[in-house]
Amino acid sequence: MRPVLVLVEGAERDGGASAAGGADGAVRASAFRLLTLARRLGDPVAVVCHPVAAYGVDALARFGAARICVAEPADPDGKDTAAQSAVALEALTELAWQMDASAVLVPSGRLGREVAARLAVRLGGGIVTGAVDVRPGPDGPVAVQEVCGGTYRVESAVRGGTPVIAVDTGAGEAEPDPVDPVVERMFVSVAESSRRVRRLARRPKADRRPGVAGASVVVAGGRGVGSAEGFTLIEKVADALGGAVGGTHTAADRGWCPQDALIGQTGAVVHPRLYLACGISGSVHHRAGMHHAATIVAIDTDPDAPIFRIADVGVVGDLHDVLPALLAAIARQRAAERGGPTP
Amino acid sequence: MKLVVLVKHVPDEIVDRPSSAAVFAADMTVDRAQLTGRLSEADEYAVEQAMRIARRRLDVQITAVTMGPPEAIRTLTRALALGADEGVHIVDEALHGSDAQATSRVLAAALARCGFDLVICGVASTDSGMSVVPAMVAERLGVPSVCEADGVWADPGWADGDVIVARREDGDHVEDFAVPMPAVVSVTDRVGEPRYPAFQAIVEARQKTVRTWSLANLRIPADEVGLAASASPVRRVAPHAARRPALLVDGEPDAAAARLARHLTEHQLI
Ligand SMILES: Cc1cc2nc3c(=O)[nH]c(=O)nc-3n(C[C@H](O)[C@H](O)[C@H](O)COP(=O)(O)OP(=O)(O)OC[C@H]3O[C@@H](n4cnc5c(N)ncnc54)[C@H](O)[C@@H]3O)c2cc1C
Ligand SMILES: Nc1ncnc2c1ncn2[C@@H]1O[C@H](COP(=O)(O)O)[C@@H](O)[C@H]1O
Repeated sequence: MRPVLVLVEGAERDGGASAAGGADGAVRASAFRLLTLARRLGDPVAVVCHPVAAYGVDALARFGAARICVAEPADPDGKDTAAQSAVALEALTELAWQMDASAVLVPSGRLGREVAARLAVRLGGGIVTGAVDVRPGPDGPVAVQEVCGGTYRVESAVRGGTPVIAVDTGAGEAEPDPVDPVVERMFVSVAESSRRVRRLARRPKADRRPGVAGASVVVAGGRGVGSAEGFTLIEKVADALGGAVGGTHTAADRGWCPQDALIGQTGAVVHPRLYLACGISGSVHHRAGMHHAATIVAIDTDPDAPIFRIADVGVVGDLHDVLPALLAAIARQRAAERGGPTP
Repeated sequence: MKLVVLVKHVPDEIVDRPSSAAVFAADMTVDRAQLTGRLSEADEYAVEQAMRIARRRLDVQITAVTMGPPEAIRTLTRALALGADEGVHIVDEALHGSDAQATSRVLAAALARCGFDLVICGVASTDSGMSVVPAMVAERLGVPSVCEADGVWADPGWADGDVIVARREDGDHVEDFAVPMPAVVSVTDRVGEPRYPAFQAIVEARQKTVRTWSLANLRIPADEVGLAASASPVRRVAPHAARRPALLVDGEPDAAAARLARHLTEHQLI
């Protein structure tokens, strides 16, 4: 079988929330889903473009990475994110040609898409983004996408010598298949066009609540919330559930919630365990950012709102009444669990 | 300084169509004839970003470029009303059904023909939203790119003047990048709301120059683009089973909230 390349994303140097383990040398869990899909298409080769520790290698091997290529820049000048994508681009290009890979799978985030875009131009084959599933077809891989905010499933054959597929790794499960890996090192020289992007500064944002990216619970508000003051109710519910605050385009536009809380096609795409949509009708824009949530709960006054078509639980009612009652109900339940008096 | 904004003509709202027949044509492409189109929302921010650069220096010329069907002229007119100085419309029947490879190839050829210091794109189109065209165009042109920037500055005071500074958020960090021109950027809606065009601007937009180019004008063979040349042909389109909620609660808020809280606890969601 021909090799299938998988781009492994590393944990940020200072440990991002979505990083497995959160420490240096760890690999992101997206790689495990990619390896699971790659095994269906051929022999998986994991391509790592950051320093990886032994436990990172072990984790990849658990999901079937029989070959692991660790790529480093030949001139050790760039260690920032821009450089990580530059190294990934060179390594994947070289390996795809050298091994005559049958496909390249990358995670669908910003880094993955940027690498996929430039790689596809170099390899000249098909490119698909946001694939929720990939399987072998008669003439190369078949990718499944959900389009128009999850309304349609589209299956495309991805042609060309080495097609490039960016996978929405949150949309499916990773299945282990342990192997003994061979680990190789390679050195790549980065293209001039990547080297010219210079990082001037990197500083933390000051924020106390978890951000929407990587949050396991998201409480989001839309037009129905009505005002910035109304959003304090959304914040209270988010804090009670230990979740992040999200908002629709309308909410972010009007300054009811911060711009970085925007969820949707032009904002964040989230995969929480629980998504609580409050006063959100469910436009395509918004659904594109949240329809992969494991459980969607919608509260809206309009029983015909499109959000109810993708919700697991729908509450038809005014959020200004339902949310305070929900806060009280949760407090009562928690008190009962502790065996204390119910308020 | 030559700014080029790439703008895409997209169907207005395609989600709430009753059946896939109303959205997808027989060749499984989006049936643009049945849908009214508009300037992709993300690209309004790209035009706005260009305007913000133009307001801070005097030497800026903004060209809006679209590849789209004849109706896409509406999108160009809108970009001109929002502040672009001139338009380029790439229109050719053979382009119908083009994939990202073909699209980036045509746009790169058009950019090579009109020349540029900085290309500004939206983050993702509102129809297919692949978020790859900007970086693909940059790769074809051999220039650096910064995708998903939350703000771009090209002030004459910066360094040699031919460097742009792009800011973007990365998780819980903010990063600034310096990139020499020529370059390609894509911008998010955090760059700031587009100003609603004044009536005067809408009228004047009709007077601005729009050049129309065909594939032949760009020296691209017609059989290398379009549906037949697509490297990701669609095999099947199926409506995703529109499921009603597993649980629908209505009635008095306290009872509804208690029911919801119980459901969330039973399913170990809270
Ligand atoms: C439902 C659906 C699924 C599709 N899936 C695939 C697929 O898997 N693979 C594939 O190769 N093609 C696919 N296509 C085709 C794809 O729409 C076109 O190739 C498109 O030209 C490129 O992608 P985009 O609109 O997603 O661009 P994006 O990369 O999301 O666009 C980003 C920016 O690039 C600029 N831009 C993009 N297109 C144009 C244009 N025509 N004119 C001017 N500026 C532009 C704009 O500034 C835009 O904001 C799909 C189309 C549809 C409708
Ligand atoms: N007080 C309210 N509580 C719950 N939903 C509301 C309320 N007021 C308006 N809505 C809904 O909010 C939605 C607006 O969301 P959007 O169109 O996404 O901005 C519509 O579906 C309205 O029906």
